[in-house]
Amino acid sequence: MEDSQPRMIHLVIDGQPVDVNEGATLLDAARQAGKEVPTICYHDHCTANGLCRMCVVEVEGARLLSPACVAQAAEGMTVHTRTARVERSRRTILEMLASSVDLSDAPEIQGLMALYSADAQRFPDASRRSHPVIDDNPMYIRDYSKCVLCWRCVQVCAEDAQYTFALNFSKRGYETSIATFYDKGMMETSCVFCGQCVGVCPTGALKPKRQWLLETGMGAEDVLSQTRSKARRKRRSEHTPGND
Amino acid sequence: MPEEDLKPLLSTLARLAPEGRAALLPALHAAQAMYGYISERVAQAVAQALGVPLADVYGVIEFYSMFYDRPVGRSILRICTDAACQLRGSEKALDEACQRYGVVEGQMSADGEWTVERAPCLGLCNRAPAVNLGLPPQYIGEPEQHVFAPRSYAYGLRDPEGGAAADHIAGNPRLITVLCNGVKAASLETYISAGGMRAVHKWIGERRSPAELISEIKASGLVGMGGAAFPTGIKWEGAANAVGETKFLVINADESEPGTFKDRVLLEGDPCRVLEGAMLGAYAIGAHKIYCYMRGEYSLAIGRVNDAIGQLREAGYLGKNIVGSDYSLDVEIRAGAGAYICGEETALFESIEGKRGFPRIKPPFPTTHGLFGQPTVINNVETLAKVPLILSDGVAAFRSLGTEKSPGTKLFCLSGDVIQPGLYEVPFGVTLRHLLFDLAGGVEGGELQAVLLGGAAGAFATAQHLDVRLSFEDLRAAGLPLGSGVVMVFNQQRSMGSVMASLARFFAHESCGKCYPCQMGTQRQYEILQRVAAGRSQPGDAERLQDVGWTMTDSSLCGLGQTAASAVLSALRLWPELVAQ
Repeated sequence: MEDSQPRMIHLVIDGQPVDVNEGATLLDAARQAGKEVPTICYHDHCTANGLCRMCVVEVEGARLLSPACVAQAAEGMTVHTRTARVERSRRTILEMLASSVDLSDAPEIQGLMALYSADAQRFPDASRRSHPVIDDNPMYIRDYSKCVLCWRCVQVCAEDAQYTFALNFSKRGYETSIATFYDKGMMETSCVFCGQCVGVCPTGALKPKRQWLLETGMGAEDVLSQTRSKARRKRRSEHTPGND
Repeated sequence: MPEEDLKPLLSTLARLAPEGRAALLPALHAAQAMYGYISERVAQAVAQALGVPLADVYGVIEFYSMFYDRPVGRSILRICTDAACQLRGSEKALDEACQRYGVVEGQMSADGEWTVERAPCLGLCNRAPAVNLGLPPQYIGEPEQHVFAPRSYAYGLRDPEGGAAADHIAGNPRLITVLCNGVKAASLETYISAGGMRAVHKWIGERRSPAELISEIKASGLVGMGGAAFPTGIKWEGAANAVGETKFLVINADESEPGTFKDRVLLEGDPCRVLEGAMLGAYAIGAHKIYCYMRGEYSLAIGRVNDAIGQLREAGYLGKNIVGSDYSLDVEIRAGAGAYICGEETALFESIEGKRGFPRIKPPFPTTHGLFGQPTVINNVETLAKVPLILSDGVAAFRSLGTEKSPGTKLFCLSGDVIQPGLYEVPFGVTLRHLLFDLAGGVEGGELQAVLLGGAAGAFATAQHLDVRLSFEDLRAAGLPLGSGVVMVFNQQRSMGSVMASLARFFAHESCGKCYPCQMGTQRQYEILQRVAAGRSQPGDAERLQDVGWTMTDSSLCGLGQTAASAVLSALRLWPELVAQ
């Protein structure tokens, strides 16, 4: 028989004792203790993959920094969330991101840049990841110049939510990007336009097409004419007063 | 373009289908072999047969360098331009090849005959500059079940004509390389007459206790020779004690660390020794299946291991109830497809499982959650080659060489500016001077400037380290890594900035792209070192390299990122003047 009471784990975070349930991550523990640990790729409803490493913390006795989102709290741990080593990693990751990706639609990451005094111009002559905007369906656009490769869209399209498997990756390393099968247009893939990928995108790389068109200054009527099927447009015009 | 005839592929796919996604790499190798590249239509057929989502199949094709989603030349010439080859004129060889075939690097010639590519380290550093010429595929596996594996002709541009022994193999005493002659593989018969397979008879034939076997390995002090130096006996014990329906032993023959070629020489020269070691490990943990994951470019080794497996089956060493016991065991070769990261143990599992080679988060560790989520032992080739010695001649004999903490012999891969590049087997504890000057004839082309120890993921030593003894404990005390046994030599004429840029290019090319520090850090490090090599270092570059380097070291997800700055950071300590402050 399993114990119905979860075992409690006792640890110390930034000098403050914290008790958490067994199985809690260091991120859970830090949040419980009211400590701010930054994250980029982490999402409460997605599998944590420990990609962005913004959440790294220093655990006494460990050779490397530990990603708080996946590292489990253990009895007697002493954790530091803002040492010089931790800050160097976080700041450098942010500076590298800013030199690679268009973060103009990512206010949370911009906030972290300010918090960690990260210099967006730190890496002169860095090659940026630039991609043309993909506008291949009436529902959403894909602007991979803004993609930070958090994987959330791929995950919600697969086993984290929708089981549609329309998205995966092309290339690898720095050149990695999110891609469909042979870069096909979204209408030709298994995409069901559930919108979950758009919902979890943290940087505006995936955006509702209407929002995108409105941002270009287009009027509401024109936006609707571009994002609705002909049948819907017809119904709408039939019900518009003064149109008889 | 005419449509491909899918019939031959469909019959291969029908045979592979029961394996599902785990057969994805073999299926893609077959498709690549049959059609020269993998078209959308072919990829669709593969996806359908194995039940893998289309986008996932594309993701896998895109991850591995040896799979192509567009037509390539009937012959693919891959020229290594990594550190050891760069020293010996590989850039010029690449230019000449492009000129000869009228192509731009990475492009196909107009007649569709040739594609010329820049390749990462091909494991022929002792014969630099190294070239790998893609040929029609070979078949591996049992005759009725064969699958395709890539085949190529790998050679050094300075190899002697007429098939003479191209690999120089030396040292003393030669315990695990005794049958390696650089020409052909020792047969099972030769291996047995040299004392091989005694340990299998003694331990498996007599059904002696696996726990006792493991305690012998623990007592021997054997540690992993792939670079991490983890105690082998403890690893085996972990998997033996782990609960799981099925257990696996995996031979990590994905040798790709720049400067390393020891596993290639062992597998080409004496494959039965490595397989015997793996059989004993499998028996120790209760596994009935061994996977031998070999890098796709190691075509000659793949063929020879395949032959050796055939001989072992024939002689009753593999299959049902081996050597008269009631224990059954078999080996399957899996060919990689061009990805250094798949030498990382968990990325290697992902690759066998038919996925992109993304390393997993650890813990859990392979001994409890390895291949297909089952308890798994994964060992380096050289590690396994030592096991039969320990289990046939005993721990005391094994420990009679080397040092207390580093028992036995070690293979060192000498390349670069050295008079006699080659593979050297010496007892642990000899000095770097002995290895470099007494055995390999000293430095070629001038005074010694530096030695890269341990590989691209290693560190630089200089003349002041010549009397350091080559053992784990002595090197650790000197702040140097043993890594995979790389000793790459640079004379005073060499530009260390260019050497660093070449190492950085390797990591930028081979980063999988999963975690941010390595995905972007390897690229930023390469960009900075390119301008350093060109003499255009900018103010602040030293600090940038430190920040990028330490961020990768401290925060990357796997060993690739954690060591991608190791050699560069050591160079910055030795030659700070190379980079603008």
